[in-house]
Amino acid sequence: MSKSFVRTEFHPDLPPPVSEAGIIGWLRHNLFSTWYNSLATLIIMYLAWLSIPPAIDWLLISSVWEANDYKECRAGGSGACWGMIDKRFNLFMYGFFKADQFWRPNLALIVFMVAMLPVLFDKLPGRKICVPFLIFGFPALAVALIRGPVEMSSFQTPVGIAVWVAMFAAAVFFGHRGATRANAIMSGAGYSAAYIIVFIVFISWGLGLEKIETDSYGGLLLTLILAGVGIAVALPLGILLALGRRANSMPLIQILCIGFIEIIRSVPLISVLFMAQFMLPLFLPEGVKFDNVMRALVGFSLFAAAYMAEVVRGGLQAIPKGQFEAADSLGLNFYLNMRLIVLPQALKIVIPGIVSTFIGLFKDTSLVSIIGLADLLLVAKQSYTDSNWLGLEHTAYVFIAIIYFIICFSMSRYSMYLERKLHTGHKR
Amino acid sequence: MSDSNTAEANHSGPAISITGMHKWYGDFHVLKDINLTVERGERIVVCGPSGSGKSTVIRCINRLEEHQKGSINVGGIELTNDLKNIDTIRREVGMVFQHFNLFPHLTVLQNCTLAPIWVRKMPKAEAEEIAMKYLDRVKIPEQALKYPGQLSGGQQQRVAIARSLCMNPDIMLFDEPTSALDPEMIKEVLDVMVDLAKEGMTMLCVTHEMGFAKQVADRVIFMDGGEIIEQNEPNEFFDNPQSDRTKLFLSQILGH
Repeated sequence: MSKSFVRTEFHPDLPPPVSEAGIIGWLRHNLFSTWYNSLATLIIMYLAWLSIPPAIDWLLISSVWEANDYKECRAGGSGACWGMIDKRFNLFMYGFFKADQFWRPNLALIVFMVAMLPVLFDKLPGRKICVPFLIFGFPALAVALIRGPVEMSSFQTPVGIAVWVAMFAAAVFFGHRGATRANAIMSGAGYSAAYIIVFIVFISWGLGLEKIETDSYGGLLLTLILAGVGIAVALPLGILLALGRRANSMPLIQILCIGFIEIIRSVPLISVLFMAQFMLPLFLPEGVKFDNVMRALVGFSLFAAAYMAEVVRGGLQAIPKGQFEAADSLGLNFYLNMRLIVLPQALKIVIPGIVSTFIGLFKDTSLVSIIGLADLLLVAKQSYTDSNWLGLEHTAYVFIAIIYFIICFSMSRYSMYLERKLHTGHKR
Repeated sequence: MSDSNTAEANHSGPAISITGMHKWYGDFHVLKDINLTVERGERIVVCGPSGSGKSTVIRCINRLEEHQKGSINVGGIELTNDLKNIDTIRREVGMVFQHFNLFPHLTVLQNCTLAPIWVRKMPKAEAEEIAMKYLDRVKIPEQALKYPGQLSGGQQQRVAIARSLCMNPDIMLFDEPTSALDPEMIKEVLDVMVDLAKEGMTMLCVTHEMGFAKQVADRVIFMDGGEIIEQNEPNEFFDNPQSDRTKLFLSQILGH
C-alpha cells in the first residue's frame, strides 16, 4: 500500500446495535453491567420488596380515615390514624389562630404565591410589577393581614403625628434633592427613610383589622413565617456581609463583617435563639415590647445571613480577576460592576449552596419548639400527648415529615430548574 | 525620544503622556523611569520578553495597575487617586485582553451594549444599533444572540474589540490580543486591528506579531527589565537595531 491516501467517499451514519439502545440496552448498561452491579441491583430490589409494601399498607390500606379518638383508631386498623389529622387539621395549619380570621393568612399566602410566580418562572408576564411589590408592598401587607394593627403610642397624640409628618416631609425633600443632584447615596437614604416611615404608618393602621397576638400563631403558619422572613432577610444581608468581608479597601467594615460572620457561625442556632429570647430585650429601650415570634425571627435571620454570607463569598471567589478588569476598563463603577457582572455570575455558581441554606433554615425552624413556640413540630408533639389521641406519635410525625418533604423537595427541584435555565454553556 | 509634554494639559495635546513613572510590586521594582508620549492617531507596538513590564505599562494607563511615582496624563486628564478622573479616563480608553474577558452570562449583543447603556446612559435601541454596527465591522453580526462560550477564540476576541469600540473610545489598548489564539485565528483578529489602525484610531499594542508591527506601527518600543530600551519607527527598528538586547531579542523571535 502506498503512503498517500485520500478519502473520496464518506462513511454513512449507521443506527447503533440493538444491545446498545432501548430498554434492554438501558437495563444492561445501568443495572446488570457487571456481576457486582447485578448483585447490588438484586439486593436493592429485595430491600424495596421488604419495605415498600408494608409502608403502603400502613399509610393507605390499614389506615383509619375517620375517628373521634385513639380508641376508634386502634379498633379500625393497625395503620396510620388519619382521623386524628382530620380532626386536628386546623391546629397543624394555624396553631391557635382565631378560626374566624383564617382568611387573613390564607389571603397573604395566596397573594404571595401569585406574586412569586412571575419571579420564579420568567415566561410569565408581570415581573416588573411583582418584584417591587414583593420587596416594598408585600411585607407591610403581610404584617397587616397576619398581625393586624401594631399600635404605636406616638400616633395617639397630635404632637406625635406632627413629628411623623415632619420626618416624612424631611425625608422626601432630602431624597428629592439627592435625585436632582444625581447623588445616589443622598437620594437613596432620603427615599429609604420615607419608605420606612410609610411602612411604619401602614402597619400601625393595619388595614383596620382586628389585632391578633403572635402567641396564637402556630403550626405550618408559624413555620412558614419563620422560614419566609428568615430567607427574605438572609439572602440580601448575606450578600452585603460577603461583599463587606472582601472589601479590602475598608478595613473597619471588613473587620465588622468577619467578626459578625465568625461569631454567629461559631455558636449553635439554639443558643442564638435563646440569646435573642433573653438578651435582645436588654438592648432595647425601656417599654419597647418585642414579642417571642419577633425575637425568634431576629435570631433566625442573623444566623442564616452569616451562613449565606459564606456561601456567597464562595461564589465571589470563583469569579476570575479578568471579569473585574473588563468591567473596570469599560468604566463601570463598583456598584454597577457588582450588580451587572459579578453577582449574577457568583450567585449562579452558588445556587446549590444557597438553596441548601434555605432548606436548612426551613428545617431549623423546628428548633423554636424548644423556646416554646408552637411550630409544626410542637403541634405534632401536642397531638399525640392529647388525652384523646394518646400514643399516635407515628401518624403525627409522618404527617409533618410529609409536609417538610413536599416543601424542601420543591425548593430543591426549583433550584435544579434554575441551574438549567441559567446555564449559558461552554463556560471558559 | 521626544520629551514628554507636561505643560498645560488640554484636548489638543498628546493622547497619552507618561513622565518618570515608576512602579513596584512590594519590593520588586517592575517599571523604572518610563517616559512615553503618544500622539493622537499614533499607532505604537510594545514588544519585549515576558516579564519585561510591557503589559504593566499599558495597564497603568487605565489604572488596572497603580503607579507609585511619576505622572500619567490621558487626554488632558491627570491620573490620580480621584475616582472621578479614573472613571472618566476608563470611559475614553478601550482595552482588549489576552483572555478576552467577555461576560459569559450575557449574549454577545448584551456584552456590547452593557457599558453604553449603563455608563453612557444611552437608550437601549440606540446602543443595540451601535453594537450591531461594530459587530458588523468585526464581521460577526450573525453571532449577536449567542453566548461567548459558544464562539471560537478568534470570534470572542473580535467581540471583545467590538465591545470596547461601542464606548467610542479615543484610545485603544491591546494587551497581547492574539497570544491565547490558535494560529488559524490570529489572522482574523489582526485583520480587524489593521482596519482599525487604518481608520486612525490611537492604538497602543503589546504584541509579538512583528508582521503587524511592520505593517501598521508608527513606532515600535522595546522593553526589557522594566525599562524602555529602544524605540524607533518600524523599518529602522527591525533593520537597524541599536541596543544589543534588542538585537538578541529580534534574533530570537525572527530567527525561526
